[in-house]
Amino acid sequence: MEIDNVVCAFCGCVCDDITVTVEEGRISEVKNACTLGRAWFLGHSSNAHRPSGTVNGRPVSTEEAVEEAARILAQARYPLIFGLTSTYCEAQKEAIALAEVLGACIDCCTSVCHGPSGIALQGVGEPTCTLGEVKNRADLIIYWGSNPAESHPRHLTRYAVTPKGLFTPRGRKDRRVVLVDVRPTPSARAADIFLQVKPGKDFECLWALRALIKGIDLEEDAVADTGVTLAQLKDLADRMQSCRFGMLCVGQGLTQSRGKQMNTTAVFLLVRELNGFTKFAAMPMRGHGNVTGIDNVLAWQTGYPFGVNFSRGYPRFNPGEFTAVDVLTRQEADAALIIASDPVANLPRPASGRLSQIPTVALETRESETTKIAKVVITTAPAGISAEGTVYRMDNVPLRLRKVLPSPFPSDEEVLSRLLERVKELKHA
Amino acid sequence: MPEGKLILITGRSTKQGTGLNKGKDSRDYQEAVRTLEMNREDMARFGLRDGDLVKIKTLYGEATFTCRQEKLPKGMAFVAYGSLSSRLVGGETHASGMPDSKGFEVEVVHLPRGD
Repeated sequence: MEIDNVVCAFCGCVCDDITVTVEEGRISEVKNACTLGRAWFLGHSSNAHRPSGTVNGRPVSTEEAVEEAARILAQARYPLIFGLTSTYCEAQKEAIALAEVLGACIDCCTSVCHGPSGIALQGVGEPTCTLGEVKNRADLIIYWGSNPAESHPRHLTRYAVTPKGLFTPRGRKDRRVVLVDVRPTPSARAADIFLQVKPGKDFECLWALRALIKGIDLEEDAVADTGVTLAQLKDLADRMQSCRFGMLCVGQGLTQSRGKQMNTTAVFLLVRELNGFTKFAAMPMRGHGNVTGIDNVLAWQTGYPFGVNFSRGYPRFNPGEFTAVDVLTRQEADAALIIASDPVANLPRPASGRLSQIPTVALETRESETTKIAKVVITTAPAGISAEGTVYRMDNVPLRLRKVLPSPFPSDEEVLSRLLERVKELKHA
Repeated sequence: MPEGKLILITGRSTKQGTGLNKGKDSRDYQEAVRTLEMNREDMARFGLRDGDLVKIKTLYGEATFTCRQEKLPKGMAFVAYGSLSSRLVGGETHASGMPDSKGFEVEVVHLPRGD
């Protein structure tokens, strides 16, 4: 059976034009997806062989695993809830309610991908748009610290570089594409211009561009040791000011390098100022399928997009204090609930090591580095394959994930709802 | 660049992205996250050939990778995100929540073949 218009939840592009073929209870073919999306659908099409749950490595029912998880979390003095980027908004909402009942810290992968973009947004605002506007209007695309050819392949072909739009009828021929990065990634082949910045010198280049578009006459010394020349930056500044609609795509090369939120603040200020000359927008290249969703849901519910602490009974936000890497590295968290994420593989060792020392509960669709160390594992249905719900594309457009395969396991939302009720009972007992 | 040191960039790669969907124990994923890319001159400087093993050290940890020559700026190495690259990153976030995951200095130690 062929199912059209399926939504891919692997990366922040959230492509909603995928066709999957289901045969004999598994996905046998995937059309329209990129190589990453295709691997995601095929790799998650069956987890039926897994136990419903484990406690200390011993297979148990979902109910037993939920009971043990509730006991651990209810007893904890400073629990951490983390992950949430590869599940859907309805499940995220339950996790936030659970964090409030527990007085927990709740953080998502945003803090280790585009947290610095969120901090910059709070400071100076984010002049942005939808990917539809990019497709239909943008004639200058700048990828800065981003390698879409390997991280978001269809960003190039569906939204930003090659598609034909209302005011870009010739597609690629109507656009100029600039890549700014510290190395010539495979994305350089898709660009007309590649500027190779030295590591840690992005801020200096962005600040020089701000000066140039304000008409300030810079000396070559101003950009010495950045890897690019003043002439290259002047050319880029001219292109930015003279385009009809510019788009600056913000990659993790800016958020994870020296400068972090100062880099992204410089981007948003630059783009804000470019709107004095033309129409210009910026957008973080969000990685995980619903990382934008958890930022939105957390912001609706608490006022803050990541790193939220409920220990005083009301939400507080302070990156560096309530963010997962910090709470774990300082060995403050005494229990953890990890949802749809693999922090043991991806967080720095001083933080991930703490998860092995404390009772950790993992809701996951498949084996991961985190499930290997977790005291309690609860297997759930993969969102977008065996569970439906709302996800947010990187441009904050909500889309509905579809269920294309049955699953013997409950969804993240169902498990979190049960966990919330049981924790409430234990807290009130 | 001090002798024996490189600037390490961590990031996504196609093989890492497709490999993690096959499973983190899959051969594709393990190959992707265990490969350290360097430029030709740096490999010569360290006496390395494709397939050689190197130990990468930072203040926070160390990990062993297989070397591969790639088109990279001199003085830079690249490795795909994964549990090995995470061993090299510290927990300090400078009040941002974000660790220094890209662009940090690492020490390179050439391991003899078969070590």
